[in-house]
Amino acid sequence: MLHPEPHPAEVVLLTRRFRLRDSASIDTYLATEGYQAFRKALAMTPEEIIEEVKKSNLRGRGGAGFPTGLKWSFVPRNSPKPKYIVANADEGEPGTCKDRLLMQYDPHSLLEGMLIAARAVGARAGYIYIRGEYRYLIEILDRAIEEARRRGFLGRNILGSGMDFDVYTHSGAGSYECGEETALLESLEGKRGVPRLRPPFPATSGAFGCPTVLNNVETFCAVPPIILKGGLAFAELGTPKNGGTRLFAISGHVNRPGVYELPMGFNLLRMIHEVAGGVRGGRKLKAVIPGGSSCPVLRAEECDVAMDFDSLARAGSMLGSGGVIVMDETTCMVKAAARILRFYAHESCGFCTPCREGTRWLATVLTRLERGEGQPGDIEVVRNVARNMLGRTFCPLGDAAAMPASSFVEKFREEFEAHLEGKPCPAEEVAIHA
Amino acid sequence: MKFSEQTEAKLARLVESYPPDHRRSALVPMLLFIQDEVGAVTPQVVEEVCARLGISPLEVEEVVSYYSMLRREPAGRYHIQICTNISCMLVGGAELFEHACRKLGIGNHGVTEDGMFSLEEVECIGACCWGPALQVNYDYHHHVTPEAFDRLIEQLRGNGLKQRGT
Repeated sequence: MLHPEPHPAEVVLLTRRFRLRDSASIDTYLATEGYQAFRKALAMTPEEIIEEVKKSNLRGRGGAGFPTGLKWSFVPRNSPKPKYIVANADEGEPGTCKDRLLMQYDPHSLLEGMLIAARAVGARAGYIYIRGEYRYLIEILDRAIEEARRRGFLGRNILGSGMDFDVYTHSGAGSYECGEETALLESLEGKRGVPRLRPPFPATSGAFGCPTVLNNVETFCAVPPIILKGGLAFAELGTPKNGGTRLFAISGHVNRPGVYELPMGFNLLRMIHEVAGGVRGGRKLKAVIPGGSSCPVLRAEECDVAMDFDSLARAGSMLGSGGVIVMDETTCMVKAAARILRFYAHESCGFCTPCREGTRWLATVLTRLERGEGQPGDIEVVRNVARNMLGRTFCPLGDAAAMPASSFVEKFREEFEAHLEGKPCPAEEVAIHA
Repeated sequence: MKFSEQTEAKLARLVESYPPDHRRSALVPMLLFIQDEVGAVTPQVVEEVCARLGISPLEVEEVVSYYSMLRREPAGRYHIQICTNISCMLVGGAELFEHACRKLGIGNHGVTEDGMFSLEEVECIGACCWGPALQVNYDYHHHVTPEAFDRLIEQLRGNGLKQRGT
Protein backbone atom coordinates (compact mmCIF):
# COMPACT_ATOMS: atom_id res chain seq x y z
CA MET A 1 0.00 0.00 0.00
CA LEU A 2 3.00 2.28 0.50
CA HIS A 3 5.39 3.34 -2.21
CA PRO A 4 8.92 2.30 -1.16
CA GLU A 5 9.97 5.92 -0.69
CA PRO A 6 8.03 9.10 -0.03
CA HIS A 7 7.78 11.40 -3.06
CA PRO A 8 10.37 14.21 -2.86
CA ALA A 9 7.57 16.79 -2.64
CA GLU A 10 6.15 15.13 0.45
CA VAL A 11 6.64 16.63 3.91
CA VAL A 12 6.64 13.58 6.16
CA LEU A 13 5.37 14.51 9.58
CA LEU A 14 2.35 12.33 10.35
CA THR A 15 3.70 9.64 8.05
CA ARG A 16 7.31 9.77 9.27
CA ARG A 17 7.16 6.35 10.95
CA PHE A 18 5.32 4.57 8.13
CA ARG A 19 8.40 2.99 6.57
CA LEU A 20 10.17 2.05 9.81
CA ARG A 21 10.52 -1.59 10.85
CA ASP A 22 7.67 -2.65 13.14
CA SER A 23 6.36 0.88 12.84
CA ALA A 24 3.21 0.04 14.83
CA SER A 25 5.06 -1.24 17.89
CA ILE A 26 5.45 0.85 21.02
CA ASP A 27 9.23 0.31 20.98
CA THR A 28 9.52 1.91 17.56
CA TYR A 29 7.23 4.66 18.73
CA LEU A 30 9.21 5.36 21.90
CA ALA A 31 12.47 5.34 19.95
CA THR A 32 11.13 8.10 17.68
CA GLU A 33 9.94 10.71 20.20
CA GLY A 34 6.80 8.70 20.97
CA TYR A 35 4.80 9.90 24.00
CA GLN A 36 7.24 12.82 24.42
CA ALA A 37 4.51 15.25 23.44
CA PHE A 38 2.23 13.77 26.09
CA ARG A 39 4.97 14.10 28.71
CA LYS A 40 5.31 17.72 27.70
CA ALA A 41 1.54 18.19 27.87
CA LEU A 42 1.52 16.83 31.42
CA ALA A 43 3.61 19.84 32.43
CA MET A 44 1.26 22.25 30.64
CA THR A 45 -2.08 23.64 31.80
CA PRO A 46 -5.18 22.67 29.83
CA GLU A 47 -5.37 26.28 28.60
CA GLU A 48 -1.80 26.14 27.32
CA ILE A 49 -2.47 22.91 25.43
CA ILE A 50 -5.58 24.31 23.76
CA GLU A 51 -3.75 27.57 22.97
CA GLU A 52 -0.97 25.62 21.24
CA VAL A 53 -3.50 23.69 19.15
CA LYS A 54 -5.24 26.95 18.24
CA LYS A 55 -1.92 28.48 17.16
CA SER A 56 -1.29 25.50 14.87
CA ASN A 57 -4.29 26.37 12.67
CA LEU A 58 -5.15 22.67 12.67
CA ARG A 59 -8.57 22.15 11.12
CA GLY A 60 -10.64 18.98 11.27
CA ARG A 61 -9.38 16.36 8.83
CA GLY A 62 -12.66 14.48 8.61
CA GLY A 63 -14.05 16.92 6.12
CA ALA A 64 -15.68 19.90 7.77
CA GLY A 65 -12.42 21.73 8.48
CA PHE A 66 -13.51 23.21 11.80
CA PRO A 67 -10.63 24.64 13.87
CA THR A 68 -9.61 21.91 16.31
CA GLY A 69 -8.38 24.14 19.14
CA LEU A 70 -11.65 26.06 19.09
CA LYS A 71 -13.63 22.82 19.17
CA TRP A 72 -11.69 21.70 22.25
CA SER A 73 -12.25 25.06 23.94
CA PHE A 74 -16.03 24.55 23.79
CA VAL A 75 -15.85 21.65 26.23
CA PRO A 76 -17.05 22.89 29.65
CA ARG A 77 -14.17 21.65 31.79
CA ASN A 78 -15.96 22.56 35.02
CA SER A 79 -18.97 20.44 34.19
CA PRO A 80 -19.55 17.82 36.89
CA LYS A 81 -20.22 15.23 34.18
CA PRO A 82 -17.51 12.89 32.93
CA LYS A 83 -15.87 13.92 29.67
CA TYR A 84 -15.08 11.69 26.74
CA ILE A 85 -12.69 11.62 23.81
CA VAL A 86 -13.96 9.98 20.64
CA ALA A 87 -11.88 9.30 17.54
CA ASN A 88 -13.82 9.06 14.32
CA ALA A 89 -12.23 6.14 12.49
CA ASP A 90 -15.33 5.46 10.42
CA GLU A 91 -13.51 6.41 7.23
CA GLY A 92 -16.20 5.91 4.61
CA GLU A 93 -16.18 8.85 2.22
CA PRO A 94 -15.54 7.35 -1.22
CA GLY A 95 -12.03 8.31 -2.33
CA THR A 96 -10.66 8.37 1.21
CA CYS A 97 -8.26 5.75 2.60
CA LYS A 98 -5.75 7.71 4.70
CA ASP A 99 -6.86 6.99 8.28
CA ARG A 100 -6.45 3.33 7.47
CA LEU A 101 -2.71 3.88 6.93
CA LEU A 102 -2.31 6.00 10.07
CA MET A 103 -3.87 3.27 12.20
CA GLN A 104 -2.02 0.49 10.44
CA TYR A 105 1.45 2.02 10.57
CA ASP A 106 1.33 4.39 13.55
CA PRO A 107 -1.50 3.52 15.96
CA HIS A 108 0.30 5.00 18.96
CA SER A 109 0.23 8.49 17.47
CA LEU A 110 -3.57 8.28 17.53
CA LEU A 111 -3.49 7.14 21.16
CA GLU A 112 -1.09 9.93 22.07
CA GLY A 113 -3.25 12.55 20.35
CA MET A 114 -6.27 11.29 22.29
CA LEU A 115 -4.25 11.35 25.53
CA ILE A 116 -3.31 14.99 24.98
CA ALA A 117 -6.93 15.87 24.24
CA ALA A 118 -7.94 14.04 27.42
CA ARG A 119 -5.40 16.06 29.37
CA ALA A 120 -6.77 19.28 27.82
CA VAL A 121 -10.40 18.67 28.75
CA GLY A 122 -10.14 16.33 31.75
CA ALA A 123 -11.49 13.17 30.13
CA ARG A 124 -11.01 9.73 31.67
CA ALA A 125 -12.16 7.52 28.83
CA GLY A 126 -11.85 7.52 25.07
CA TYR A 127 -13.35 5.49 22.24
CA ILE A 128 -12.07 4.77 18.77
CA TYR A 129 -15.17 4.30 16.63
CA ILE A 130 -13.91 2.26 13.70
CA ARG A 131 -15.80 0.97 10.70
CA GLY A 132 -16.58 -2.75 10.88
CA GLU A 133 -14.76 -3.52 7.63
CA TYR A 134 -11.47 -2.40 9.25
CA ARG A 135 -11.34 -5.49 11.48
CA TYR A 136 -7.60 -5.98 11.05
CA LEU A 137 -7.05 -2.44 12.28
CA ILE A 138 -9.11 -3.11 15.40
CA GLU A 139 -6.65 -5.88 16.15
CA ILE A 140 -3.69 -3.55 15.60
CA LEU A 141 -5.26 -0.85 17.76
CA ASP A 142 -6.18 -3.28 20.54
CA ARG A 143 -2.59 -4.46 20.59
CA ALA A 144 -1.33 -0.87 20.75
CA ILE A 145 -3.74 -0.06 23.58
CA GLU A 146 -2.55 -3.12 25.50
CA GLU A 147 1.09 -2.08 24.99
CA ALA A 148 0.35 1.46 26.15
CA ARG A 149 -1.40 0.13 29.26
CA ARG A 150 1.53 -2.14 30.10
CA ARG A 151 3.99 0.75 29.76
CA GLY A 152 1.84 2.99 31.92
CA PHE A 153 0.65 5.42 29.22
CA LEU A 154 -2.97 4.36 29.68
CA GLY A 155 -4.84 3.35 32.80
CA ARG A 156 -4.72 4.75 36.30
CA ASN A 157 -2.27 7.37 37.54
CA ILE A 158 -0.50 7.67 34.20
CA LEU A 159 3.27 8.19 34.66
CA GLY A 160 2.59 9.07 38.28
CA SER A 161 0.73 12.22 37.26
CA GLY A 162 -2.55 11.34 38.94
CA MET A 163 -4.27 11.36 35.54
CA ASP A 164 -6.54 8.41 34.68
CA PHE A 165 -7.38 7.68 31.06
CA ASP A 166 -8.18 4.59 29.06
CA VAL A 167 -9.07 3.94 25.41
CA TYR A 168 -11.39 1.33 23.91
CA THR A 169 -12.04 0.35 20.31
CA HIS A 170 -15.66 0.20 19.18
CA SER A 171 -16.63 -1.49 15.91
CA GLY A 172 -19.28 -0.18 13.57
CA ALA A 173 -21.11 -2.61 11.29
CA GLY A 174 -21.54 -0.95 7.92
CA SER A 175 -23.00 2.55 7.69
CA TYR A 176 -21.59 5.64 5.95
CA GLU A 177 -23.93 7.84 7.94
CA CYS A 178 -22.13 6.91 11.16
CA GLY A 179 -19.24 9.08 10.00
CA GLU A 180 -21.45 12.09 10.83
CA GLU A 181 -20.49 12.92 14.38
CA THR A 182 -23.89 12.74 16.07
CA ALA A 183 -24.93 9.61 14.16
CA LEU A 184 -21.63 8.12 15.29
CA LEU A 185 -22.53 8.88 18.90
CA GLU A 186 -25.94 7.25 18.50
CA SER A 187 -24.21 4.20 17.08
CA LEU A 188 -21.72 4.22 19.95
CA GLU A 189 -24.70 4.06 22.29
CA GLY A 190 -26.06 0.96 20.57
CA LYS A 191 -28.66 2.54 18.32
CA ARG A 192 -29.33 3.10 14.63
CA GLY A 193 -27.01 5.69 13.13
CA VAL A 194 -29.59 8.44 12.92
CA PRO A 195 -28.14 11.92 13.50
CA ARG A 196 -29.07 14.11 16.47
CA LEU A 197 -30.32 17.65 16.37
CA ARG A 198 -27.47 20.16 16.76
CA PRO A 199 -27.13 22.17 18.97
CA PRO A 200 -26.32 20.90 21.48
CA PHE A 201 -23.00 20.02 19.91
CA PRO A 202 -20.95 17.05 21.13
CA ALA A 203 -18.60 19.43 22.99
CA THR A 204 -21.37 20.03 25.53
CA SER A 205 -23.54 16.95 25.04
CA GLY A 206 -21.87 14.09 23.20
CA ALA A 207 -21.20 10.51 24.21
CA PHE A 208 -23.69 9.36 26.88
CA GLY A 209 -24.99 12.94 27.07
CA CYS A 210 -21.61 14.16 28.36
CA PRO A 211 -19.11 16.73 27.06
CA THR A 212 -17.09 15.10 24.30
CA VAL A 213 -14.15 15.92 22.06
CA LEU A 214 -14.81 14.20 18.76
CA ASN A 215 -12.20 14.39 16.02
CA ASN A 216 -11.05 12.48 12.97
CA VAL A 217 -8.10 10.07 13.31
CA GLU A 218 -5.76 12.29 11.28
CA THR A 219 -6.67 15.30 13.43
CA PHE A 220 -5.63 13.47 16.61
CA CYS A 221 -2.46 12.22 14.91
CA ALA A 222 -1.48 15.83 14.15
CA VAL A 223 -1.62 16.80 17.83
CA PRO A 224 1.60 15.19 19.14
CA PRO A 225 3.85 17.02 16.62
CA ILE A 226 2.01 20.25 17.39
CA ILE A 227 2.65 19.95 21.12
CA LEU A 228 6.22 18.75 20.63
CA LYS A 229 7.41 21.31 18.07
CA GLY A 230 4.96 24.10 18.83
CA GLY A 231 1.75 25.20 17.13
CA LEU A 232 3.51 27.88 15.13
CA ALA A 233 5.91 25.44 13.47
CA PHE A 234 2.93 23.35 12.34
CA ALA A 235 1.00 26.39 11.13
CA GLU A 236 3.95 27.54 9.04
CA LEU A 237 3.94 24.32 7.01
CA GLY A 238 0.63 25.29 5.45
CA THR A 239 -1.15 28.40 4.26
CA PRO A 240 -2.82 31.12 6.37
CA LYS A 241 -5.62 29.59 8.51
CA ASN A 242 -4.79 26.15 7.09
CA GLY A 243 -1.98 24.78 9.20
CA GLY A 244 0.24 21.79 8.65
CA THR A 245 0.31 18.94 6.23
CA ARG A 246 -2.46 16.74 5.05
CA LEU A 247 -2.73 13.14 3.89
CA PHE A 248 -4.12 13.21 0.36
CA ALA A 249 -5.44 9.95 -1.08
CA ILE A 250 -5.06 10.23 -4.85
CA SER A 251 -7.12 7.63 -6.71
CA GLY A 252 -8.54 7.01 -10.15
CA HIS A 253 -6.76 7.57 -13.45
CA VAL A 254 -3.23 8.40 -12.31
CA ASN A 255 0.00 6.48 -12.80
CA ARG A 256 0.93 6.39 -9.11
CA PRO A 257 -2.20 6.37 -7.00
CA GLY A 258 -1.51 6.47 -3.29
CA VAL A 259 -1.63 8.39 -0.03
CA TYR A 260 0.77 11.33 0.06
CA GLU A 261 1.51 13.76 2.88
CA LEU A 262 1.75 17.23 1.41
CA PRO A 263 1.63 20.73 2.85
CA MET A 264 -1.77 22.37 2.98
CA GLY A 265 -2.13 24.58 -0.06
CA PHE A 266 -0.21 22.27 -2.41
CA ASN A 267 -1.26 22.84 -6.01
CA LEU A 268 -3.75 20.29 -7.30
CA LEU A 269 -2.29 20.05 -10.82
CA ARG A 270 1.17 19.49 -9.39
CA MET A 271 -0.30 16.83 -7.14
CA ILE A 272 -1.70 14.97 -10.13
CA HIS A 273 1.05 15.44 -12.69
CA GLU A 274 4.11 15.39 -10.47
CA VAL A 275 3.35 13.52 -7.25
CA ALA A 276 0.90 10.96 -8.62
CA GLY A 277 2.88 10.51 -11.82
CA GLY A 278 0.41 12.07 -14.23
CA VAL A 279 -2.72 10.81 -15.94
CA ARG A 280 -2.70 7.16 -16.92
CA GLY A 281 -1.83 6.23 -20.48
CA GLY A 282 -0.81 9.80 -21.33
CA ARG A 283 -4.46 10.74 -21.61
CA LYS A 284 -5.92 14.16 -20.95
CA LEU A 285 -7.23 15.19 -17.55
CA LYS A 286 -10.98 15.67 -17.62
CA ALA A 287 -12.19 16.25 -14.07
CA VAL A 288 -11.24 15.95 -10.42
CA ILE A 289 -13.28 15.51 -7.27
CA PRO A 290 -10.86 17.13 -4.84
CA GLY A 291 -12.02 15.99 -1.41
CA GLY A 292 -14.06 12.82 -1.45
CA SER A 293 -17.21 11.99 -3.43
CA SER A 294 -19.40 14.58 -1.69
CA CYS A 295 -17.43 17.54 -3.05
CA PRO A 296 -18.41 19.41 -6.21
CA VAL A 297 -16.44 18.20 -9.22
CA LEU A 298 -13.87 20.46 -10.89
CA ARG A 299 -13.30 20.60 -14.65
CA ALA A 300 -9.69 20.17 -15.74
CA GLU A 301 -9.30 23.89 -16.37
CA GLU A 302 -10.40 24.63 -12.78
CA CYS A 303 -7.71 22.43 -11.25
CA ASP A 304 -4.92 25.00 -10.99
CA VAL A 305 -5.88 25.53 -7.36
CA ALA A 306 -4.23 25.41 -3.93
CA MET A 307 -5.44 22.45 -1.89
CA ASP A 308 -6.58 24.09 1.32
CA PHE A 309 -10.04 24.62 2.78
CA ASP A 310 -10.36 28.27 1.79
CA SER A 311 -8.88 28.14 -1.72
CA LEU A 312 -11.12 25.23 -2.68
CA ALA A 313 -14.17 26.97 -1.25
CA ARG A 314 -13.32 29.95 -3.47
CA ALA A 315 -13.03 27.56 -6.42
CA GLY A 316 -16.57 26.35 -5.69
CA SER A 317 -15.63 23.02 -4.21
CA MET A 318 -14.34 21.66 -0.90
CA LEU A 319 -11.21 20.09 0.54
CA GLY A 320 -13.38 17.59 2.42
CA SER A 321 -11.57 14.47 3.52
CA GLY A 322 -8.64 14.93 1.12
CA GLY A 323 -9.71 12.15 -1.23
CA VAL A 324 -8.59 13.32 -4.69
CA ILE A 325 -10.46 11.37 -7.37
CA VAL A 326 -8.92 11.86 -10.81
CA MET A 327 -10.84 11.22 -14.03
CA ASP A 328 -9.36 11.16 -17.51
CA GLU A 329 -10.99 12.05 -20.83
CA THR A 330 -12.50 8.59 -21.29
CA THR A 331 -14.66 8.92 -18.18
CA CYS A 332 -18.40 9.11 -18.72
CA MET A 333 -19.56 11.82 -16.33
CA VAL A 334 -23.14 10.55 -16.38
CA LYS A 335 -21.96 7.12 -15.26
CA ALA A 336 -19.74 8.66 -12.56
CA ALA A 337 -22.54 10.87 -11.23
CA ALA A 338 -25.04 8.00 -11.26
CA ARG A 339 -22.66 5.74 -9.33
CA ILE A 340 -22.00 8.39 -6.70
CA LEU A 341 -25.71 9.08 -6.26
CA ARG A 342 -26.60 5.40 -5.98
CA PHE A 343 -24.15 5.37 -3.08
CA TYR A 344 -25.85 8.25 -1.28
CA ALA A 345 -29.29 6.74 -1.88
CA HIS A 346 -28.04 3.51 -0.33
CA GLU A 347 -26.53 5.29 2.67
CA SER A 348 -29.27 7.80 3.46
CA CYS A 349 -30.55 6.80 6.89
CA GLY A 350 -34.11 7.58 5.83
CA PHE A 351 -34.89 9.72 8.86
CA CYS A 352 -35.57 13.01 7.07
CA THR A 353 -37.72 13.26 3.97
CA PRO A 354 -35.68 15.54 1.68
CA CYS A 355 -32.64 13.27 1.96
CA ARG A 356 -34.47 9.93 1.84
CA GLU A 357 -36.59 10.95 -1.17
CA GLY A 358 -34.07 13.27 -2.78
CA THR A 359 -31.19 10.82 -2.89
CA ARG A 360 -33.49 8.12 -4.27
CA TRP A 361 -34.80 10.36 -7.04
CA LEU A 362 -31.34 11.61 -7.96
CA ALA A 363 -30.05 8.05 -8.19
CA THR A 364 -33.06 6.89 -10.21
CA VAL A 365 -32.99 9.73 -12.71
CA LEU A 366 -29.21 9.71 -13.16
CA THR A 367 -29.20 5.94 -13.63
CA ARG A 368 -31.85 6.08 -16.35
CA LEU A 369 -29.92 8.91 -18.05
CA GLU A 370 -26.81 6.74 -17.90
CA ARG A 371 -28.65 3.88 -19.59
CA GLY A 372 -29.99 6.12 -22.33
CA GLU A 373 -33.51 5.78 -20.93
CA GLY A 374 -33.80 9.40 -19.83
CA GLN A 375 -37.05 11.31 -20.14
CA PRO A 376 -37.43 14.89 -21.36
CA GLY A 377 -36.83 17.27 -18.46
CA ASP A 378 -34.67 14.80 -16.52
CA ILE A 379 -31.71 17.15 -16.43
CA GLU A 380 -33.91 19.83 -14.87
CA VAL A 381 -35.29 17.26 -12.41
CA VAL A 382 -31.75 16.57 -11.20
CA ARG A 383 -31.00 20.27 -10.82
CA ASN A 384 -34.28 20.98 -9.04
CA VAL A 385 -34.10 18.07 -6.65
CA ALA A 386 -30.48 18.91 -5.78
CA ARG A 387 -31.32 22.59 -5.27
CA ASN A 388 -34.21 21.73 -2.99
CA MET A 389 -32.12 19.39 -0.89
CA LEU A 390 -29.23 21.80 -0.29
CA GLY A 391 -29.38 23.10 3.26
CA ARG A 392 -32.76 21.50 3.85
CA THR A 393 -31.79 18.11 5.18
CA PHE A 394 -31.38 17.19 8.84
CA CYS A 395 -27.68 16.38 8.51
CA PRO A 396 -24.96 17.01 5.91
CA LEU A 397 -25.61 13.76 4.01
CA GLY A 398 -28.25 15.52 1.91
CA ASP A 399 -25.78 18.21 0.88
CA ALA A 400 -23.16 15.54 0.28
CA ALA A 401 -25.45 14.03 -2.35
CA ALA A 402 -26.80 17.26 -3.82
CA MET A 403 -23.42 18.89 -4.42
CA PRO A 404 -21.93 16.24 -6.72
CA ALA A 405 -25.29 15.83 -8.51
CA SER A 406 -25.69 19.48 -9.37
CA SER A 407 -22.02 20.10 -10.14
CA PHE A 408 -21.75 17.16 -12.53
CA VAL A 409 -24.86 18.25 -14.40
CA GLU A 410 -23.88 21.90 -14.55
CA LYS A 411 -20.27 21.38 -15.55
CA PHE A 412 -20.77 18.56 -18.02
CA ARG A 413 -24.25 19.35 -19.26
CA GLU A 414 -23.41 18.48 -22.86
CA GLU A 415 -22.74 14.89 -21.85
CA PHE A 416 -26.03 14.54 -20.03
CA GLU A 417 -27.80 16.00 -23.06
CA ALA A 418 -26.09 13.55 -25.39
CA HIS A 419 -27.29 10.68 -23.20
CA LEU A 420 -30.78 12.14 -23.16
CA GLU A 421 -30.90 12.58 -26.91
CA GLY A 422 -29.72 9.06 -27.58
CA LYS A 423 -26.43 10.25 -29.05
CA PRO A 424 -23.26 8.28 -28.40
CA CYS A 425 -21.65 9.20 -25.10
CA PRO A 426 -18.93 11.79 -25.84
CA ALA A 427 -16.59 10.07 -23.38
CA GLU A 428 -17.01 6.72 -25.11
CA GLU A 429 -16.20 8.35 -28.43
CA VAL A 430 -12.95 9.55 -26.89
CA ALA A 431 -12.30 6.12 -25.39
CA ILE A 432 -12.66 4.43 -28.75
CA HIS A 433 -10.08 6.70 -30.34
CA ALA A 434 -7.75 6.85 -27.34
CA MET B 1 -26.36 -19.63 24.07
CA LYS B 2 -22.70 -20.18 24.79
CA PHE B 3 -20.00 -19.14 22.37
CA SER B 4 -16.40 -20.18 21.92
CA GLU B 5 -13.91 -19.18 24.59
CA GLN B 6 -12.40 -16.65 22.22
CA THR B 7 -15.71 -14.97 21.42
CA GLU B 8 -16.78 -15.00 25.08
CA ALA B 9 -13.50 -13.28 26.02
CA LYS B 10 -14.13 -10.63 23.37
CA LEU B 11 -17.68 -10.07 24.60
CA ALA B 12 -16.53 -9.86 28.22
CA ARG B 13 -13.96 -7.20 27.30
CA LEU B 14 -16.59 -5.38 25.29
CA VAL B 15 -19.19 -4.95 28.03
CA GLU B 16 -16.51 -3.59 30.36
CA SER B 17 -15.68 -0.82 27.89
CA TYR B 18 -18.68 1.39 28.60
CA PRO B 19 -20.05 3.26 31.61
CA PRO B 20 -21.99 0.80 33.82
CA ASP B 21 -25.35 2.44 33.05
CA HIS B 22 -24.71 2.26 29.27
CA ARG B 23 -24.40 -1.47 28.66
CA ARG B 24 -26.47 -1.14 25.50
CA SER B 25 -23.43 0.53 23.89
CA ALA B 26 -22.01 -2.94 23.35
CA LEU B 27 -24.89 -3.87 21.05
CA VAL B 28 -23.49 -3.26 17.54
CA PRO B 29 -20.03 -4.79 18.05
CA MET B 30 -21.58 -7.61 20.09
CA LEU B 31 -23.89 -8.55 17.24
CA LEU B 32 -21.00 -8.45 14.77
CA PHE B 33 -18.67 -10.57 16.93
CA ILE B 34 -21.41 -13.16 17.50
CA GLN B 35 -22.29 -13.16 13.80
CA ASP B 36 -18.63 -13.90 13.06
CA GLU B 37 -19.03 -17.16 14.96
CA VAL B 38 -22.65 -18.13 14.32
CA GLY B 39 -22.82 -16.92 10.71
CA ALA B 40 -25.93 -14.77 11.07
CA VAL B 41 -28.05 -12.86 13.53
CA THR B 42 -30.58 -15.62 14.15
CA PRO B 43 -33.67 -15.29 16.38
CA GLN B 44 -31.71 -17.17 19.07
CA VAL B 45 -28.89 -14.63 18.80
CA VAL B 46 -31.37 -11.77 19.22
CA GLU B 47 -32.79 -13.46 22.31
CA GLU B 48 -29.34 -14.04 23.75
CA VAL B 49 -28.19 -10.45 23.18
CA CYS B 50 -31.39 -9.12 24.77
CA ALA B 51 -30.70 -11.18 27.85
CA ARG B 52 -27.06 -10.15 28.06
CA LEU B 53 -27.71 -6.43 27.65
CA GLY B 54 -31.09 -6.19 29.33
CA ILE B 55 -32.81 -4.66 26.28
CA SER B 56 -35.90 -5.51 24.25
CA PRO B 57 -36.03 -7.50 20.97
CA LEU B 58 -37.26 -4.34 19.23
CA GLU B 59 -34.12 -2.48 20.23
CA VAL B 60 -32.02 -5.25 18.72
CA GLU B 61 -34.12 -5.68 15.57
CA GLU B 62 -33.99 -1.99 14.68
CA VAL B 63 -30.20 -2.11 14.82
CA VAL B 64 -29.95 -5.34 12.79
CA SER B 65 -32.08 -3.82 10.03
CA TYR B 66 -29.90 -0.70 9.88
CA TYR B 67 -26.30 -1.89 9.58
CA SER B 68 -25.29 -3.40 6.25
CA MET B 69 -22.80 -5.89 7.68
CA LEU B 70 -25.37 -7.56 9.94
CA ARG B 71 -27.36 -10.31 8.25
CA ARG B 72 -30.20 -12.70 9.05
CA GLU B 73 -29.05 -15.49 6.75
CA PRO B 74 -25.55 -16.96 6.74
CA ALA B 75 -23.20 -15.98 3.94
CA GLY B 76 -20.90 -18.44 2.22
CA ARG B 77 -17.75 -19.70 3.90
CA TYR B 78 -15.95 -17.06 1.87
CA HIS B 79 -17.97 -13.87 1.58
CA ILE B 80 -16.64 -11.91 -1.40
CA GLN B 81 -17.35 -8.19 -1.17
CA ILE B 82 -16.44 -6.21 -4.27
CA CYS B 83 -16.32 -2.42 -4.20
CA THR B 84 -17.80 -0.71 -7.25
CA ASN B 85 -17.84 2.81 -5.84
CA ILE B 86 -16.33 5.70 -7.77
CA SER B 87 -12.58 5.17 -7.22
CA CYS B 88 -12.77 1.42 -7.81
CA MET B 89 -15.23 1.95 -10.68
CA LEU B 90 -12.72 4.16 -12.49
CA VAL B 91 -10.21 1.31 -12.54
CA GLY B 92 -12.55 -1.56 -13.38
CA GLY B 93 -14.50 -2.38 -10.19
CA ALA B 94 -17.85 -2.78 -11.94
CA GLU B 95 -16.33 -5.09 -14.59
CA LEU B 96 -14.70 -7.11 -11.82
CA PHE B 97 -18.06 -7.52 -10.12
CA GLU B 98 -19.66 -8.71 -13.36
CA HIS B 99 -16.79 -11.10 -13.89
CA ALA B 100 -17.27 -12.46 -10.36
CA CYS B 101 -20.97 -13.05 -11.01
CA ARG B 102 -20.11 -15.11 -14.09
CA LYS B 103 -17.26 -16.97 -12.43
CA LEU B 104 -19.31 -17.96 -9.38
CA GLY B 105 -22.60 -18.33 -11.23
CA ILE B 106 -24.44 -16.18 -8.69
CA GLY B 107 -25.68 -12.61 -8.49
CA ASN B 108 -25.50 -9.90 -5.87
CA HIS B 109 -26.23 -11.38 -2.40
CA GLY B 110 -26.14 -14.88 -3.89
CA VAL B 111 -24.57 -17.95 -2.27
CA THR B 112 -23.09 -20.83 -4.29
CA GLU B 113 -24.92 -24.14 -3.97
CA ASP B 114 -22.08 -25.75 -2.03
CA GLY B 115 -22.13 -22.84 0.45
CA MET B 116 -18.49 -22.07 -0.31
CA PHE B 117 -18.89 -18.56 -1.73
CA SER B 118 -21.24 -15.65 -1.43
CA LEU B 119 -21.03 -12.42 -3.36
CA GLU B 120 -21.93 -8.84 -2.54
CA GLU B 121 -21.46 -5.55 -4.36
CA VAL B 122 -20.38 -3.17 -1.61
CA GLU B 123 -19.86 0.54 -1.16
CA CYS B 124 -16.44 2.08 -0.52
CA ILE B 125 -14.27 -0.14 1.70
CA GLY B 126 -11.44 2.36 2.10
CA ALA B 127 -9.13 0.91 -0.53
CA CYS B 128 -9.56 3.72 -3.08
CA CYS B 129 -5.88 4.00 -4.01
CA TRP B 130 -5.48 0.26 -4.49
CA GLY B 131 -8.52 -0.62 -6.59
CA PRO B 132 -10.21 -2.58 -7.84
CA ALA B 133 -10.48 -3.89 -4.30
CA LEU B 134 -12.44 -6.57 -2.53
CA GLN B 135 -12.69 -8.20 0.86
CA VAL B 136 -12.94 -11.93 1.49
CA ASN B 137 -14.58 -11.97 4.90
CA TYR B 138 -12.33 -9.37 6.61
CA ASP B 139 -9.25 -9.79 4.39
CA TYR B 140 -8.41 -7.10 1.86
CA HIS B 141 -7.28 -7.85 -1.69
CA HIS B 142 -6.00 -4.96 -3.77
CA HIS B 143 -5.50 -4.37 -7.53
CA VAL B 144 -7.67 -7.38 -8.34
CA THR B 145 -7.74 -8.17 -12.07
CA PRO B 146 -10.21 -10.77 -13.40
CA GLU B 147 -7.28 -13.21 -13.72
CA ALA B 148 -6.20 -12.56 -10.14
CA PHE B 149 -9.80 -13.06 -9.07
CA ASP B 150 -9.93 -16.48 -10.72
CA ARG B 151 -6.70 -17.52 -9.02
CA LEU B 152 -8.03 -16.31 -5.67
CA ILE B 153 -11.24 -18.31 -6.08
CA GLU B 154 -9.36 -21.51 -6.96
CA GLN B 155 -7.08 -21.05 -3.98
CA LEU B 156 -9.99 -20.43 -1.61
CA ARG B 157 -11.90 -23.39 -3.00
CA GLY B 158 -8.87 -25.58 -2.33
CA ASN B 159 -8.56 -24.30 1.22
CA GLY B 160 -12.27 -24.71 1.81
CA LEU B 161 -12.35 -28.30 0.55
CA LYS B 162 -9.29 -29.18 2.62
CA GLN B 163 -10.88 -27.75 5.77
CA ARG B 164 -14.10 -29.54 5.04
CA GLY B 165 -12.22 -32.84 4.54
CA THR B 166 -10.55 -32.78 7.93
